[in-house]
Amino acid sequence: MGRGRINPAWGFVGPALLAIGAFFFVPVAASLLLSFTDFDVYAVARPDRLRFVALGNYARLLGEPRFWTALGNTAYFVVVGGPLSVGVSLGAALLLEAKLARWKGFFRTVFFLPVVTTLVAVAVVWRYLYHPRHGLLNLLLGLAGIHPIDWLGDPRWAMPAIILLAVWKNFGFNMVIFIAGLQSIPERLYEAARLDGASAWQQFRRVTLPMLAPTFLFVAVVTMIGYFQLFAEPYVMTQGGPANSTLSVVLLMYEEGFRWWNMGYGAAVAFVLFAIILSLTLAERGLRRLQPGAR
Amino acid sequence: MSAWRRPARALLLLGLAAALGCRIDATDTGAVRFWAMGREGEEVQQLVLEFERRHPDIHVRVQQIPWGAAHEKLLTADVGGAMPDVFQAGNTWLPELVALGALEPLDERLARWPAIDRDDYFPGIVDTNVVDGATWAVPWYVDTRVLFYRSDLLAEAGYPEPPRTWTAWTDAMLRVKERVGPERYAILLPLREWQPPVILALQRGASLLRDGARYGDFQSPPVRAAFEFYLDLFRRGLAPRAGDTALANLYQDFARGYFSLYISGPWNIGEFARRLPADLADRWTTAPLPAPGDGYPGVSLAGGASLAVSRGSDRKDAAWKLVEFLSQPAQQVRFYRLTGDLPARKAAWADEGLPRDRRAHAFWIQLQSVQSTPKIPEWERIAAKISQYAEAAIRGTMTIDQALAGLDRDVDNVLEKRRWLMRAAGR
Repeated sequence: MGRGRINPAWGFVGPALLAIGAFFFVPVAASLLLSFTDFDVYAVARPDRLRFVALGNYARLLGEPRFWTALGNTAYFVVVGGPLSVGVSLGAALLLEAKLARWKGFFRTVFFLPVVTTLVAVAVVWRYLYHPRHGLLNLLLGLAGIHPIDWLGDPRWAMPAIILLAVWKNFGFNMVIFIAGLQSIPERLYEAARLDGASAWQQFRRVTLPMLAPTFLFVAVVTMIGYFQLFAEPYVMTQGGPANSTLSVVLLMYEEGFRWWNMGYGAAVAFVLFAIILSLTLAERGLRRLQPGAR
Repeated sequence: MSAWRRPARALLLLGLAAALGCRIDATDTGAVRFWAMGREGEEVQQLVLEFERRHPDIHVRVQQIPWGAAHEKLLTADVGGAMPDVFQAGNTWLPELVALGALEPLDERLARWPAIDRDDYFPGIVDTNVVDGATWAVPWYVDTRVLFYRSDLLAEAGYPEPPRTWTAWTDAMLRVKERVGPERYAILLPLREWQPPVILALQRGASLLRDGARYGDFQSPPVRAAFEFYLDLFRRGLAPRAGDTALANLYQDFARGYFSLYISGPWNIGEFARRLPADLADRWTTAPLPAPGDGYPGVSLAGGASLAVSRGSDRKDAAWKLVEFLSQPAQQVRFYRLTGDLPARKAAWADEGLPRDRRAHAFWIQLQSVQSTPKIPEWERIAAKISQYAEAAIRGTMTIDQALAGLDRDVDNVLEKRRWLMRAAGR
């Protein structure tokens, strides 16, 4: 290819790259710069009221107890809610793919329904379910002889309540991916296992799980990233309360940036979260490499 | 044929729309753009029609902005240079809009009003529109918080008349609590609301901030005393330790006697009347807030919405005419009838006989003694911190001293930029 000649591929990827550049990379770079300043409502109209604070926002953030509370809550949500969600998804997928299952299409739709339902509408209903005095959940617990729980009003129970809602709302999505994974496992592997006298559990342990490994990794990474960005559930259900027990990192970022207009500080929160998610994703990829049989 | 016709038709439509759009803009260059929020934005259209009839040379375009998005929209409009000529603003937003330089000072124009008109407003409400010594807006309607209570339950407890002091208030609540038992409470103070503890602190004469609003002043004796009183209500079981999630339906709970007292604003006069069961209609009423000692009523918060003119507007005179029109007592009366918002002009109250209305009366008395929260852009943020620390103290995760010290520390951090700006300005 001669000099001055542009590879025609640029013509094809150019428009997309331009759009991504203008609407993704430029804003990201701008907010990175923003995170080194104290941009706030005073600086909106008067640029001379903007101060460059270098890593000041990050230092302040790490020194703020509220940030650690938010990080702790988010970690709680990811560590408990993530595996629970993946487990429920896998369980539902296995049930739907079982030989005995009837009405598969119907149940698949029903289980998937919460995923496509508006969260705000769901939240209204769940707030009634969780109501300490008139809620259905406490009514059922009462029948079992358990004292009523103030689900969303008690700092100990608020996060479990959010997790329960999130798992119910999201498991359908991963379930569909697991179903696809299960369907791509060749039937002959099971036949061979059965001929070797493998029990149902052994088939699951030795055939299903290893064959699902790539699906697992994908689901785990996507779920982790999604769960770290916990926002909408506490935003509509509890606004971060009671006593900050459901304050998540993204909710903190939203409050700082859009409620109080501390854009600089809010941007710093966003980049800390980005760093955490990136390092954990890389760690998960590293784990996969350690796995026997992986390249 | 039809395969190309459809896009062609769409193009034609687009072109037409564009041409129409241009035409609308062209004819509207003389229009005064007026932003009003929520229901007010809907109802004010009728008043605007009358205004246009009286001023045929001025055309007003009302844009209705939902309350939830209004604050953000004003800020972004200012940044984007898309501010309306005149707009409604919650009076707690004014300090922020002043800091942005978005508002036109109105003192000179107001000075041309006859004194009788200027003195026809509640002083505590007017004060919320004065920031850094200048007046930035004209009160449109007013709002404060008073006691809503179950008159039947209080009378049974030995209080046919509402309590006038904190001591009597506490006694009344203790007696109510004794009668209703452990499952029900005397007063509802939702944990998310910063207003009750702030009102109590203001009643004790607290300034909340010190040194020209450079630092928090929450460890001062008046705030401490107010917090002690507030926390005591929860400690003694007079108020439920409940956030808003525990309230399925405020009106049902009030009707069932889950709580007998509630601190709330004028919007609930209409809501209570509409939503409470019919047999309860005569069993609730309103009263001004009790005071810590003598000097009934105790102060409450100066709230409401005002009308402001944008500094960047090139139709300020026409915009001001609209503000003057909406401030006339006759228009205030009409607006009250349309929305139920309490008029800012005392003359309008008199015309409607409102001061004698059973439930509006408490507001009439209360509005004579209202006080504004500190008029700085950071206030909303500080208010959120107050409810956060108050909640921690109520739940017992912090002692009162830890909470107030933490509050001072956080508020000092929030005000750091303000201190820097004040230093830079040599103030």
